[in-house]
Amino acid sequence: MIQQKSKKGAVAALIACTALLAVIVLLENVSVFLPASSVPNLLKPTSQLFAVLKKGAVYSLAAVSMNLLNGFTGLFSLGQAGFMLLGAYTYAILSVPVADREAVYYLYGGSAVNFSFQDMFGSIFGTQGVGGAVSMGLGVVVAMILAGCVAAVFAYLIGLPVLRLKSDYLAIATLGFAEIIKAVFQWQALGPVTNGANMIKSFPTFSSFNITDASGTVILRLSTFFPFLVSMICIAMICLLINSTYGRAFKAIREDETAAEAMGINLAKHKMLSFCTSAFFAGVSGAMFAMFVTNAHAKVYTTTMTYEILLIVVIGGIGSISGSVMATFLYVACSEWWLRFLDSEVVLSNGMKLPFLRAGFRMVVFSVVIMIVVLFFRRGIMGDKELPDLFKKRIRKEGAK
Amino acid sequence: MLNIENLHVAYGGIQALRGISLQVPDGKIVTLIGANGAGKSTTLRTITGLVKAQSGSIQWNGEELLGKSIDRIISSGIAMSPEGRRVFPDMSVLENLKIGAYLRRDKGEIEKDIQWVYQLFPRLEERSWQMAGTLSGGEQQMLAVGRALMSRPKLMMLDEPSLGLAPLVVQDIFSIITEINKQGVTILLIEQNANMALKIADLAYVLETGNITLSGTGAELLANEKVKEAYLGKHKS
Repeated sequence: MIQQKSKKGAVAALIACTALLAVIVLLENVSVFLPASSVPNLLKPTSQLFAVLKKGAVYSLAAVSMNLLNGFTGLFSLGQAGFMLLGAYTYAILSVPVADREAVYYLYGGSAVNFSFQDMFGSIFGTQGVGGAVSMGLGVVVAMILAGCVAAVFAYLIGLPVLRLKSDYLAIATLGFAEIIKAVFQWQALGPVTNGANMIKSFPTFSSFNITDASGTVILRLSTFFPFLVSMICIAMICLLINSTYGRAFKAIREDETAAEAMGINLAKHKMLSFCTSAFFAGVSGAMFAMFVTNAHAKVYTTTMTYEILLIVVIGGIGSISGSVMATFLYVACSEWWLRFLDSEVVLSNGMKLPFLRAGFRMVVFSVVIMIVVLFFRRGIMGDKELPDLFKKRIRKEGAK
Repeated sequence: MLNIENLHVAYGGIQALRGISLQVPDGKIVTLIGANGAGKSTTLRTITGLVKAQSGSIQWNGEELLGKSIDRIISSGIAMSPEGRRVFPDMSVLENLKIGAYLRRDKGEIEKDIQWVYQLFPRLEERSWQMAGTLSGGEQQMLAVGRALMSRPKLMMLDEPSLGLAPLVVQDIFSIITEINKQGVTILLIEQNANMALKIADLAYVLETGNITLSGTGAELLANEKVKEAYLGKHKS
C-alpha cells in the first residue's frame, strides 16, 4: 500500500513538473509569437522576470545540494562556493571552442588545453542546423556532468581528512577549502589553464539554447527552459536518493551518530557519499551559474555566495527540499527585482527627495527582512515538511471532521 | 552461543573491564547486574564493536568477533538496543523500524518483520506515522526494542530497558522481553533494576569494577545475601 502511494505521488510530481516546464516555455515565447508592440514589458526577453527565473533555477540546485548535506546528513559544510567554482571552471575550460581560445587566453598566448566538447561533437554531428544543435547540447551536457564529477573528486579528496571533524570545525575546514580553491584558480602560474585572475568566456550560455532561423532571428526561446530542466532532473535525483535506504541512513546519522552506528550504518562511508553527492550537484549548479553570468570568474565565488545559499536553506527550512526551492525563488526575486525600487531616488513634485531611497538602501531593507525571518520564523517556511505533506494534512483534517 | 573469555577493555588509561569471562547459551535470558561504572555497558559496546578491546576473545557460535566491523557483527545476528533508548527523534516510527533493518536486503521479509513488531507492540502500529521524539518514554523504549528486532537477531542485547520508566511500564517491557525470548531470541540483559532482571533471568552475572564477582541462576542470585544487600536494598534484620 505504501508503495502504491509513493507511485501516485511520483506521477503527480511528474505532471506538476511537466506543467511548470510548459508554463515556462509559454511565458518565454510570448515575445516570439506576439507582435512586439503588444508584448507587455514583463514578458520581454530582457525583463527581470526571466533573469530571476534563470538565477532561481541555478541557485535552487545549489541550495538543495547544500540541504542534502546540512539538512539531511547533519554535516555543517560551508564549501559550497568552492565546489561551484570547480564546476564552473571545469565547464568553461572544456567548452570554449578551440578557435576562440587565442582570444580568451590572450595574456598567456593561448590555452594549455586545446580541446573542447563543442569541437569534438561538432566534428561528429556538424556545426550547422540540427547537427549543430545536437553537438552544442551534447557538449554542454557532457561538460556539465564532468564539472560535477571534478567537484565530487575534490570533495572525496578533502573529505578524507575533513569528514573526521564535527560541527563547527567541519564548517571552518570546508570554508578554508573554498577560499584556497578560489586563490589557486587566480594564480598566475596556472594561467594557461584557468586564465589567471581574468575571466573565461565565449562558451555556450543559456541563450545558446534559443533556436534561431538562418537569418539569426529567434524562432523558439529555450534559455529559461534549459536551466529549469537541468535543475528539475538533478533535484529529482536528490529526492530519490533521500527517499532511498541511503537517505534514511543519512537522516539517522543526523539524528544520532552512535545509535546509527549501532544499527550497522557505516558512518565514514555514508558521510562521504553525502559529501560527494552534494559536491557533484554543487558542481553542476556552478557550471550553470557560469552559463547564467556568461563567464567563469574565480572572484565571484566568495564566502558571501555560500552564505547566500545557506541563508536560502535556512529560510526554506533545514531538511525540506521544496522549502529550499521556494526560498530560492523568493530570495532571488527579492534581491534582484522586487526590492529594486528602493535603490532609485524619488523626487516629489515640490522638488523634495524622499528620505532613504537611494543606491544601497535595498540591502538595508533586505537585511532587516532576513533578521525578522531568523528571529520569528526560526524553522523557515517549511520546517522539515515537504510540499505534499501540507496537502496530506489538509485531507486528514477534513477526514477527521 | 556467545562465549567471552578474559576480556580486557580500557578507555585511555582507565581500565573498564579487567578480564571478564561469561557465557550466553542459546535460547536463554542472561542478565548482567552491577552498579554504575561497573562495566556493563562497556561489555555490550565491545560485543557490537563500538568499543575496541585490548585483549581476550568474544566467540559467537565459534566465530571470533573481536576486530570485525560493526556491520559484519550485526549481520551475523547480534542486535543492541542502546542505553537511553536513542531512537531517531525526527524520523517516524516506521522509519525508525526500517533503519533497524538497514543491513537486510530481503524486502518481503522486512515487511513481515514490521508486522511482527507491530504485533508485539500494538501501540507502535497506532503511531507508525508519528515522529519518534513525540512518543512517551515507554513507547520510545518499545520502539528501541522493536528497532533492534528488525535486524532479525539471534541474540538481542538490551542496555537498561527500564531506565526512567514507571514501574507498570517496566513490567510491560519485561513481559514482552520474555515473550520475545519464547519466540527463540537469546537475550542478554543489562539492568540496574536487579529485582526484575533476576526474576526473568536463566543465568546471571554480577559485575563489580570490571570484574565478575558472582554468577549463578537468576533464582540463586535473588536468594544470595550479598546481592540482596548490595542491589535489592534488603538489609539483614
